[in-house]
Amino acid sequence: MKSLQIFSTPRGKGLFWAGLTLLTLAVSVLSLGLGSVTLGPGEVLRALLSGDAASTAGRILHFVRLPRLCAALLAGSALAVSGTVIQTVLHNPLASPGVIGVNSSAGLAVALVCAVVPSAQAFSPLAAFLGALAGVGLVVGIAQSTGASRMTLVLAGVAVSNLLSAGIDAVVTLAPEALTGVTDFRIGGFTGVTMEALAPAAGMILPGIGAVLLLSREMDILSLGEELARSLGLRVRLIRFVLLMLAALLAGAAVSFAGLLGFVGLIVPHAMRRLVGEESLPLTAGSALGGACFVTVCDLLARTLFAPYELPVGIVLSFTGGPFFLWLLLRHRGGKP
Amino acid sequence: MIQLRNLSAGYLGKPVVNHVSLDFPAGQVTALLGPNGSGKSTLVKAALGILPTMEGEVLYDGRNIRQLSPKEIAQRAAWLTQSRDTPSILALKMVLHGRFPYSGYPRQYSREDYAIARTAMEATGSLPYENENVRTLSGGQRQSVYLAMTLAQNTPTVFMDEPTTYLDIRRQLEIMNTARELAAQGKAVVLVLHDIALALERADRVAVLREGALVSWDIPETVFRSGVLQQTFRVGLHRMDTPHGIRYYYTEEAE
Repeated sequence: MKSLQIFSTPRGKGLFWAGLTLLTLAVSVLSLGLGSVTLGPGEVLRALLSGDAASTAGRILHFVRLPRLCAALLAGSALAVSGTVIQTVLHNPLASPGVIGVNSSAGLAVALVCAVVPSAQAFSPLAAFLGALAGVGLVVGIAQSTGASRMTLVLAGVAVSNLLSAGIDAVVTLAPEALTGVTDFRIGGFTGVTMEALAPAAGMILPGIGAVLLLSREMDILSLGEELARSLGLRVRLIRFVLLMLAALLAGAAVSFAGLLGFVGLIVPHAMRRLVGEESLPLTAGSALGGACFVTVCDLLARTLFAPYELPVGIVLSFTGGPFFLWLLLRHRGGKP
Repeated sequence: MIQLRNLSAGYLGKPVVNHVSLDFPAGQVTALLGPNGSGKSTLVKAALGILPTMEGEVLYDGRNIRQLSPKEIAQRAAWLTQSRDTPSILALKMVLHGRFPYSGYPRQYSREDYAIARTAMEATGSLPYENENVRTLSGGQRQSVYLAMTLAQNTPTVFMDEPTTYLDIRRQLEIMNTARELAAQGKAVVLVLHDIALALERADRVAVLREGALVSWDIPETVFRSGVLQQTFRVGLHRMDTPHGIRYYYTEEAE
């Protein structure tokens, strides 16, 4: 895939990173300010800095918008980085946590925990991680036992994904009271998210992204092909296992509070690959930032487009992600995948 | 020096290479010949520890390969592969990966690594496109980048799996010259080749595989005279003294 050559000069590189960081910051501030009650940047800053949760502005910020912003940033970066890792490790540009069924297996685990042991909701990130792990294992196992072609992998993922989504629907139908905000969970959204619910997920996501960044050189070597990687001294099986664990951890943690957000894990790595190339360190960092920024923008749109009504953010993501995915497929028809 | 002792290796429990004993001596170019499916690539992968040995052993300077970590193997033997997943990265970054076996955490390539990578690119003629994306390069340019990565690994033994395939004649000769230079530096060079004539003319030793078994291993002239190549490939093979030295050529009719 041809990159846009932004990185051909050090200056372009610097501008790109500064731009992406500033954009994310700006979107975050906007996201804190806009909504059913509009707060100016001054008000936002004052309420944030004073830590005052007594005033109306302070209450809105601390109990509604700040948790939501954190949720959007965390979910976006976690899913995008998870997608980057999965695409690199599986050598498959069409794979993502959504496509290969990691999201839905995490979702099913969360739904089951909520339905069977409602009091154990605090453990939902852990359940989501274990679910995601099982999903990765299942899909990679199926694909490998049938010859491991890239197409088999995606097809197996789609099948598993469908099966597990049906499982989620079954749980939701049989125990409708189990998942509060069921629609939100199935489409993906941040309504009613609290800092307390976010904390355990954040505790998995931030170290998870850090670990992926530390393993970026190993990812570079892995992307040369497994046998060549091995001849360069990489412990291929171990590294691939660790990276897939991290991908499952990230996607699972995001699903535990954001529900089944599709497409972020697919389109952000792709967009970043075009912008920064395939070197893993910039690609991972770019995906983390880009994913955070993209989901925050979508959340902002979801809250403000039809205010006072609110769309689940998953709908906005799918409206933007769907066409992008189609474009990817059509673009690849002429060239090699 | 890498030595194979009674080595059997293969896939899914089925041996492709059977009971092969072979040395790859330093300072020599060894050509590995054999028809398609005779186990050449399998042998190389087993010698590199990419495939596990099923029987016998692979020795690196007398030590069993099982006692070496992947990193230690990578510091002793490099591999120019035939099949590849080419990532979309700059040529120089690709060649730098040849330094991976020497990098500790945090996996930053040093100034010295960059210097070694550039020297390797210079040697293979790929330095002019160090800042170009490997994917946009032609087949021949790509091969020279991969070769540079192999050289940057700076190992005492270098394996090249069909290094001349898909290359024009000029490039083929350049690759063979590089192989000779490496041998002159004291390295053991192992070439998997399809061109019997090129192998007989340029290699110091020729090893012939047939259906996974080693059927001949000697200096080119002896292998030629033994008639093994003619039988194995089912072709006629001829030797001719020309103003440009000894030349070999093959004909369709086996004698």
